[in-house]
Amino acid sequence: MSGRLRVLRPGPHDTVQDLGRHGYRAYGMPSSGAADWASLVAGNLLVGNPPTAAALESTLVGPVLRVEGGEVFLAVTGAPCTPRVDGSPVPCWTVLCLRPGQTLKLGRCHLGCRMYVCVAGGIETPEVMESRSTYVPGEIGGLDGRKLAEGDCLPVGMNSQGARVGRTLRPEFRPQMKEPWTLRAVRGPDDDAFLPESVSQFFSGTYRVSPASDRMGCRLEGPVLRHAGDAEIVSEGVIPGTVQVPGSGLPILLLSDCQTTGGYPRIATVIRADMWAAGQLRPGDAVRFCEVSVEQAVQAERRMLGRLARGLGLGLSVIRTADWGFRVWVEPQG
Amino acid sequence: MKAEFRWLGEGALLVRLGEGIDPEVNARVRRLAAALDAAGIPGLVETVPTYRSVLVIFDPLITAPGALREAVEEVLERPDVGHSPGYREIVLPVAYGGEFGPDLELVCSHTGLAPDEVVAKHAGRVYLVYMLGFLPGFAYAGDLSPELEVPRLPQPRVRVPRGSVAIAGRQTGIYSLDSPGGWMLIGRTPVPTYRPRAAEPFLLRPGDRLRFLPISPEQYRKIEAQVRTGQYRLQVKEVSPE
Repeated sequence: MSGRLRVLRPGPHDTVQDLGRHGYRAYGMPSSGAADWASLVAGNLLVGNPPTAAALESTLVGPVLRVEGGEVFLAVTGAPCTPRVDGSPVPCWTVLCLRPGQTLKLGRCHLGCRMYVCVAGGIETPEVMESRSTYVPGEIGGLDGRKLAEGDCLPVGMNSQGARVGRTLRPEFRPQMKEPWTLRAVRGPDDDAFLPESVSQFFSGTYRVSPASDRMGCRLEGPVLRHAGDAEIVSEGVIPGTVQVPGSGLPILLLSDCQTTGGYPRIATVIRADMWAAGQLRPGDAVRFCEVSVEQAVQAERRMLGRLARGLGLGLSVIRTADWGFRVWVEPQG
Repeated sequence: MKAEFRWLGEGALLVRLGEGIDPEVNARVRRLAAALDAAGIPGLVETVPTYRSVLVIFDPLITAPGALREAVEEVLERPDVGHSPGYREIVLPVAYGGEFGPDLELVCSHTGLAPDEVVAKHAGRVYLVYMLGFLPGFAYAGDLSPELEVPRLPQPRVRVPRGSVAIAGRQTGIYSLDSPGGWMLIGRTPVPTYRPRAAEPFLLRPGDRLRFLPISPEQYRKIEAQVRTGQYRLQVKEVSPE
């Protein structure tokens, strides 16, 4: 029988997330999805799920969950924390088996911002527009489009792939979390809307993540950037990773729940290989931006996926899911 | 203007077709987006048409950025990208002023027009839906009569009720969800423009033509009830290409 997870005590912002909702940005619908896609994908593959399965995402402090109805195989990934099963510490990035009645307490993360509970079989809340990702402002995904509350029950899908207890992702293969953070970014598209010295300041200065940050974006405090002309442009498309600069001159780094269009000049875009780290920025963290070319960005993503795949003993094709829109799943090798 | 290409990182290419807000430029934008959607480019995730550009989102590990750009250039040169498609004309009932449009008086003081003149001018035009954005299902439509041009509110509202019909600059929009907002609210429609669990979650799409029909508060309540029970029939006319 399939298990379920009961929320005994929620964290401040627990939501169900998968790799996002794609194909609706032309209608103004954000992609949403895990802020740290790499920890979601790695956790899913650890427990034998397709990379696109839905998991629980927690922010800074996680929930207390009780297993009901049947055994649940799961792995805690993302920001480093000290999870406890019935009060005893258990390792992160490792497949655990919890019996009905056992509780999992995530606690507070020591570094980074977002933790994931990836369960074998995935969290099977209903799909809306082909995704289970919660988008709170749009009132969709997860449980009725909201963050989790005490007493909520998360249905878990069939564990058909057969999760192996104790399977682990060694530290050298995990996303490397280190504050101060360095995020690689491609210049533009509106770098010419800024004074040239402001563009070099953006790529050399250090910014702090403001407390006024959420899944839509991180507000950054630091060197004030100056526009060459207007601080407003005719609205155009933006994506997670876009760094837009409103009239205040302080940049905003857009994340998973960001709007689809924006009217502020965009100085740079964080590359896909580093977007997981953007999702781990916590208020107060220091962050720097390092300029790379489009070609270097593609190589960086290929290297990162290759490293994850080696760590998991899988072919690269298996985790070609950072495409944020394709559902590629190949049987694990061996 | 010749197409201008700019990168948003390695997985999105911005294709700009003109400057400013212009129905002709926007028509080319929508035709290019439709042609790209139909082109079968491997790894293309989605296209986002806006006023003057198309954002092409793709998987750079499936089609490399350089190859993607060449594929877009190839589509731009096709003659059918110049072909004019049909469109839909949609009539939205709107209750103006009072509790439905709390900024109507403010619009009057900005424009020097009487409330019924504002209503007549807003409801007296057919608008083009240039693009969607800001919120799921939020349509940016225009152009307003120059006499209705007003600035944004100096202090945005924390909560604008869904259905609110608002104006700013030469644009008019409909709040699809309760949300913060800085446009001036002149009325409200009882017809939902965002229904996430419906087969068609979004009422409006880029390229639609939009007309507003003034209704009384009583008619608003009646239509609201009809929408709830699924009995309301929206006026939609399909217009074929010329």
